[in-house]
Amino acid sequence: MSRSAGVEKILARPTVGAVLSGGWRAERPVVDASKCKLCGVCWLFCPDAAVEVSEAGVVIDYDFCKGCGICARECPFKAITMVSER
Amino acid sequence: MKLLLTGNYAAAYAVRDAQPDVISAYPITPQTPIIEKLAEFIDSGELKAKFVRVESEHSAMAALIGAASVGARTYTATSSQGLLYMYEVVWWAAGARLPIVMGLVTRALGPPWNIWSDHADFFTVRSSGWTMLFASSAQEVYDLTLIAYCVAEHRDVLLPALVAWDAFEVSHTYEPVELVEDATRLLPPKGAWAPPLAAEDPASLGNLAYPEEYAETRRLMVEAVRRVPLVFAEAAGRLRELTGRDYSRGYECYRCEDAETVFIAMGSVYGEVRSAVDALRARGVPVGALKVWLYRPFPYEGVARVLDGKKMAIVLSRTTSLGAMGPLATDVATALALKGCSVKLVEFSAGVGGVDVTEDDVVAMYKAALEREGGTYFWRGR
Amino acid sequence: MAHRVFPREEYLLKGHVACPGCGAAVMLRHVLKALGPNTYLVIPACCTSVIAGPHPRSAFRVPVLHIAFAASAAAASGMIEALEKLGKPANVVVWAGDGGTVDIGLQALSGAAERGHNIIYICYDNEAYMNTGIQKSGSTPHGAWTTTTPSGNPGFKKDLPGIMVSHRVPYVATLSPAYPNDTFAKLRKAASMRGGLKYLHALTPCPPGWRYDPSLTIELSRLAVETGMWVLYEVENGVFRLTGPSRALLEKGKRKPVAEYLKLQGRFRHLSPEDVERIQRMVDENWERIAEMLKEGGEHSSEQG
Repeated sequence: MSRSAGVEKILARPTVGAVLSGGWRAERPVVDASKCKLCGVCWLFCPDAAVEVSEAGVVIDYDFCKGCGICARECPFKAITMVSER
Repeated sequence: MKLLLTGNYAAAYAVRDAQPDVISAYPITPQTPIIEKLAEFIDSGELKAKFVRVESEHSAMAALIGAASVGARTYTATSSQGLLYMYEVVWWAAGARLPIVMGLVTRALGPPWNIWSDHADFFTVRSSGWTMLFASSAQEVYDLTLIAYCVAEHRDVLLPALVAWDAFEVSHTYEPVELVEDATRLLPPKGAWAPPLAAEDPASLGNLAYPEEYAETRRLMVEAVRRVPLVFAEAAGRLRELTGRDYSRGYECYRCEDAETVFIAMGSVYGEVRSAVDALRARGVPVGALKVWLYRPFPYEGVARVLDGKKMAIVLSRTTSLGAMGPLATDVATALALKGCSVKLVEFSAGVGGVDVTEDDVVAMYKAALEREGGTYFWRGR
Repeated sequence: MAHRVFPREEYLLKGHVACPGCGAAVMLRHVLKALGPNTYLVIPACCTSVIAGPHPRSAFRVPVLHIAFAASAAAASGMIEALEKLGKPANVVVWAGDGGTVDIGLQALSGAAERGHNIIYICYDNEAYMNTGIQKSGSTPHGAWTTTTPSGNPGFKKDLPGIMVSHRVPYVATLSPAYPNDTFAKLRKAASMRGGLKYLHALTPCPPGWRYDPSLTIELSRLAVETGMWVLYEVENGVFRLTGPSRALLEKGKRKPVAEYLKLQGRFRHLSPEDVERIQRMVDENWERIAEMLKEGGEHSSEQG
């Protein structure tokens, strides 16, 4: 059973990248893989769900990372540093 | 089956026959007998609905928005201050395209406190997107409440609908009411419309929309409202087949064909208007009457067709519209203007706050209207 | 290995519109991970009305009903009754800010709590009307600067969890984005309890509103707990229990001075040493009440700073 066009039009759909929030960033987090122990704390506390952790390492999605710096501050191994975008 | 019912009980029986899933309401005079009767129906098992006994009218409508957003058939009823307290979410229900049905027992707005009929509450929601029906008897309350579900839940509409009737004169007055034997033959099947929200297909209802996106949702509402008269006529046609009662035009005409003057009214006063038409006709005065059932969307074309070529239209408005002609008279004026009809238009604010309007009043209004210029007058009685 | 402990699925998708470092966004990620996909959110006017993303895009991977400011608890009431009637069991969760909870939404919340609908109500408390530009709410702490209290809030933060405990709802708990273990345990407990309104209240720091560097959000959340200004606890069927790190803070000596929390925030910059001392006394008195309560067997709740 499909919805009518009028109802469909007022619904918003789940979208990765509702906005390209990476453009808001003044500083970018840069991960030093040699210090990273893959503990996942950066992933856990990222407000923007912009951190991926796998066995291959930590990857930050710069399309959406807003550069808040929580990951760098919370990293127990000081493996993340904030670098100016300018 | 025929029962002796008040207008309020007629609404409750219609709701019982429509079998909503969720009812939510807050008590206010003169609406209370509706929700008391519904509570009895639920208690006895005749109505299998959840009843959310909320702490305010605002919450009553909000609860129905929550319920309808996941696919429930719903009902609430209110009056007067209750509708105004609910006002914000009345508009929300329409914008969210939810087929909620509401009963409105029209009652004056304070101050001073007054529990008797006045249509000021009704008119406040006239641009909200709700389909607005007005009943002038207990039978009409029953019939139009069922039709309201048919219209609201129709795939081409999906907008809320309300049925209004006058405090006490209809709400508390017993009349014989013929029930539809099997309302499922009239109503859409339960669950026939796809609700906006479902966990298995996640979507968000009501996100922040930038101007163009917002405007598009409103344009689609405009289109849906335009389809209401056809959907209403279809549903009324099904009711006519079952009962012989015909609402399909959205209005009723009485002795209008050769009339030079037509009275236009909504609600219980229409009975007195008809009597006055008969009395004037008996004296050879060519008058007729038009009663509006479908107030929104307003049947401009039909009303104009009835009034085209007449000398005078007299609108009985059961409210005081301060600073402008009342809404019903304005709608009639619009109908005339759109059709390029030149008909003298006189509006009487009459029956305000429950004041009785009798056949003699209506006859006197006719005479007064002949002597006066077009415009709005406050009727203080004879 | 946080990503092995907590669900990896995201229900708040990247590219949402929260400010950098938003405490509420962290909290919301944790809440939705704990509750999973069979969850309907009801969201009144608040920051999350914007965070959700512009129509027709939504950052939420669960169904969301946006609703008028005062109406969320009532809308959730109707929604859960409908889902139960229609045979579609699910979590119905209100996610509301402090204004929508302690001020304009309180009547509807009180009604829903009294009626006992099977819903979870979460207040994310950033202690002012942040979405409209930092105006004082009934949840703004004493002394805090906002745009409508330019020389500091003369009033005192409402104790909403305490008000909800007085409604005798089955579960009341406080949350912090700095303690996800505590959050997950409480959310899962709340979701497992059938019947009755479950009320959770999260303190979620707001970088622009509290005037601090966004990298400090988790640090401030932690300091709020470590100084005892924000107490992690739960009240299950009327029985009060401290949870997480707050369990170790009954002795004053174990708590950090409140100044450590206050000094990081621009909204408290104008406070005099006497003001800070007064806030310290309020916090200590609250802990004395908690100690009394625990001695008496845990009935009742604590007040938050």
